[in-house]
Amino acid sequence: MLEKIKFYQTGSNTVGNRLITPAMRTIQASVDRPNSLTSGHRACQGCGEALGARYAIDAAMKATNGQIMIVNATGCLEVFSTPYPESAWRLPWVHSLFGNAASVGSGLAAAAKVRAQTNGDNVVPRIIAQGGDGGTTDIGFGPLSGMFERNDDVLYICYDNEAYMNTGVQRSSATPPAARTATTQLVGDKPGADWGKGKDVPLIAMAHGIPYVATASVGDLRDLEYKVQKAMSFHGARYIQILVPCPLGWGLSSNSTVTAARMAMETGFYPIYEAEYGKITSVRKIRQVQPVINYLKMQRRYAHLTGKKADPNVLARLQALCDANIKNFGLVDGTDVTDQPVAMQAYERSQAV
Amino acid sequence: MLKQIEGSLGVAQAVALCRPGVVCAYPISPQTHIVENLGKFVKEGSLKDCEFLNVESEFSAMSVAIGSEVGGVRTYTATASQGLLFMTEGVYSASGLGLPMVMTVASRAIGGPINIWNDHSDSLSQRDSGWLQLFCESNQDAVDTHIMAFKIAEEVGLPVMVCMDGFVLTHAFERLDIPDQETVDKFLPKYEPREFINTKEPVSIGAMVGPEAFTEVRFLQQRKMAKALCVIEKVTKEYRELTGSKSGGLLDCYNCENADIKLIIMGSTVGTAKDEVDRLKTQGINVGIISLKSFRPFPYAAIKEAIGDTKQVICIERAFSFGARGIVCPEVKRAMEGTNCDVKTVVAGLGGRPIFGTTINGIVKDALAGKFTEEFTWYDIDTNVLNNSTLKDENVSFSQGPIAQSVLEKSVKA
Amino acid sequence: MLQIRLHGRGGQGVVTAAEMLTLAAFYEGHFAQAFPSFGSERTGAPVVAYARIDNKEIRTHEPISNPDVVIIQDKTLLGAVDVFAGLSPNGFVIINSKDEPSKVVPEIVAKLPVGHVFTVPATDFAMQKIGKPLPGAPMLSSLAAVTDILKLESVQKAFQSRYPGKIGDANAETAALAYNFIKGE
Repeated sequence: MLEKIKFYQTGSNTVGNRLITPAMRTIQASVDRPNSLTSGHRACQGCGEALGARYAIDAAMKATNGQIMIVNATGCLEVFSTPYPESAWRLPWVHSLFGNAASVGSGLAAAAKVRAQTNGDNVVPRIIAQGGDGGTTDIGFGPLSGMFERNDDVLYICYDNEAYMNTGVQRSSATPPAARTATTQLVGDKPGADWGKGKDVPLIAMAHGIPYVATASVGDLRDLEYKVQKAMSFHGARYIQILVPCPLGWGLSSNSTVTAARMAMETGFYPIYEAEYGKITSVRKIRQVQPVINYLKMQRRYAHLTGKKADPNVLARLQALCDANIKNFGLVDGTDVTDQPVAMQAYERSQAV
Repeated sequence: MLKQIEGSLGVAQAVALCRPGVVCAYPISPQTHIVENLGKFVKEGSLKDCEFLNVESEFSAMSVAIGSEVGGVRTYTATASQGLLFMTEGVYSASGLGLPMVMTVASRAIGGPINIWNDHSDSLSQRDSGWLQLFCESNQDAVDTHIMAFKIAEEVGLPVMVCMDGFVLTHAFERLDIPDQETVDKFLPKYEPREFINTKEPVSIGAMVGPEAFTEVRFLQQRKMAKALCVIEKVTKEYRELTGSKSGGLLDCYNCENADIKLIIMGSTVGTAKDEVDRLKTQGINVGIISLKSFRPFPYAAIKEAIGDTKQVICIERAFSFGARGIVCPEVKRAMEGTNCDVKTVVAGLGGRPIFGTTINGIVKDALAGKFTEEFTWYDIDTNVLNNSTLKDENVSFSQGPIAQSVLEKSVKA
Repeated sequence: MLQIRLHGRGGQGVVTAAEMLTLAAFYEGHFAQAFPSFGSERTGAPVVAYARIDNKEIRTHEPISNPDVVIIQDKTLLGAVDVFAGLSPNGFVIINSKDEPSKVVPEIVAKLPVGHVFTVPATDFAMQKIGKPLPGAPMLSSLAAVTDILKLESVQKAFQSRYPGKIGDANAETAALAYNFIKGE
């Protein structure tokens, strides 16, 4: 983990660059940042994915001295960054399909190795494969698991905005319970996404025993940069899942992307941690535990949980889920990981019985 | 060097001679022996500077191949049947991105019902995928075509599917002349990729193209296909001069001088038909065989020239189009438009049903006797099996012998 | 062209035997082709393999329906599979058995010309030298002895090149036993 920053501005949770030493400042704060995903692309106002990608890829570029090649799955990131004949990518970048970024990454990594070998180059370019949660946890899951299992030298970054935003906000296996999507609408007696469904890909990644797995959030960009840099210090398969709120899909105002991401961390809704070779090595502690309603009420996808018609049981279940995360991952200062961390769906499934 | 080996091993040796940098594999019969051997060559170190990846599906096999080609490395994989369908999305992506990889399709029927035996329904399902599709009539042809395929693919800038009949060729143990490394190195230069990414000159590949340029992208792809016709001929000539082989080409004619009738055939049936044509010749029946090697691009001009003024042509097809008719025949008809040449389809050899010399003999004699009155005939159908089903369910029966399309259609009305 | 059909059971090396047969023919400068009956047969199931030998290029890839020679590696197939289907009227039959041909297949002995049906205790020979019931090599050397299309040495060389070392040598010795057994008859 990063060195703990003790000094906070009163009334705010942000830390200004001028208050910390130059060595600890973000890569984005530097005048010579790589700008790998440059301005002018066509992402929505307040796009969490664009923010996450810019920080992540610049950090990787910095860590490897510019030796990065990217494979991008189909999705928002691909569409908004490369409308022919333009490209916002200032580094080698390829898009093939929705579900194959991980295996294209494997092939590219093999090619980079062979080319360096035959050309006598000392520097082997490093590969990042990236996609949204749909391309990662659903359609690209088989290739992802294959890449992990072979321990191919690829960092896979999943920009998790918890639904298929590119196609118009449909439910994915990363969509949390009770959330509204176009395929889990707020109708009927159980509005929103089903309970006890979905999968926890970071834990699944850890179960592959790969060198490095981390979750991150655009709510803590310094932590995100640190994790990408750390990931680049390993060889073999690595996985980082970044929570990237989507103003459009979540029903957020476009100036509250970072706040929402931070709230997801501070409520325990989205545990932030890192793991090496299958074991959790550090957990980002919650600074001030927030009730889950503070996170949910920012988002219209949970509109049914506030107001007069709201079902308090649903809210209670979501709070219980956060509490379970806090306990399982030891998210509060002074606590440690008590048990083997489990997927949050497990809690729901056990309660359903 | 002459060797008595399995076709699959011959192909693996041919591929290894081409010095691929990445080979990826997922097991599906009947292509398995090819990649097993390549895996062995890499592991024992006889194939150097090559990464062999065991992937978790055909979809990933194709995707790894896409990745390594985008990374600028010569790449090979192999598949068949369901595997080809499972990777189809990637198959189209590879051609759309202009990646000159080579893939063997050990042709096999597509289920359901599941069937592991040879016909051409898998490879022909990819007719419009934008890949070159080269068919092989023998294992020697397959060995040579694989070596030529890399050169053709790299010159054209499109991927090549080398289609060889599953089991019939892949598992046949035959005499093969495998060229030496020096000859292949002379023929096939070190791979100089054109469409690839590297950190020195960063580019984006695979951008989203909208209505403003998509048609033009497709036009340029079609132009590459047109170029491929010339490249196939050029590369074949070069290879034949270097090795003395008779393999490759757009098509190959056998006994076509003054033939009364010509058969258009793809794949291993050609050899069986050649023997039968020799026997028929002793009976005074003159039959020509056009072995169609390049199905995509389709050599319209070469077909027209090969048919010449022969008035009767039968396409023996080992696949067909549901709700329509033959797949090769319409192309041949296009080639012969404006002439009075009669072109028909005879479907035979589906799902591993063997095509014997006697099958060829029957087709020729029926054709000459004018028994094929329609464009499309099921030739080697077993009406006993058929009637077992239709008699019971619908009280419809078929009489013994070939079944023409109109008989099939009428049986529905009854 | 000489066409040979080999019958056996999965695990007995029927397909390998067909391949070794063509390898031996290849060593003697012939063109040869071997191929299995393609299926998903598991260990113990009836298996068929084919081989062709000729002095010119073999182009056909049709299965063999009218063999000149039928080799039966497993006696238990008699009656279970129509192993003699399509056999040429002047064809040869070689059966892996300790018993006399007239006792094993009297009707075939009667049908074919005299001296065209042979039995050879191939499994016994294999057990003696290889220690496993693999009758491939002795059946092929019997074919060599019966038809004189191959030399014993070629059959031995084929097995020794496929299985260098002890196993190949044991197969070669087994082949010699069977060859001399037929020639001595």
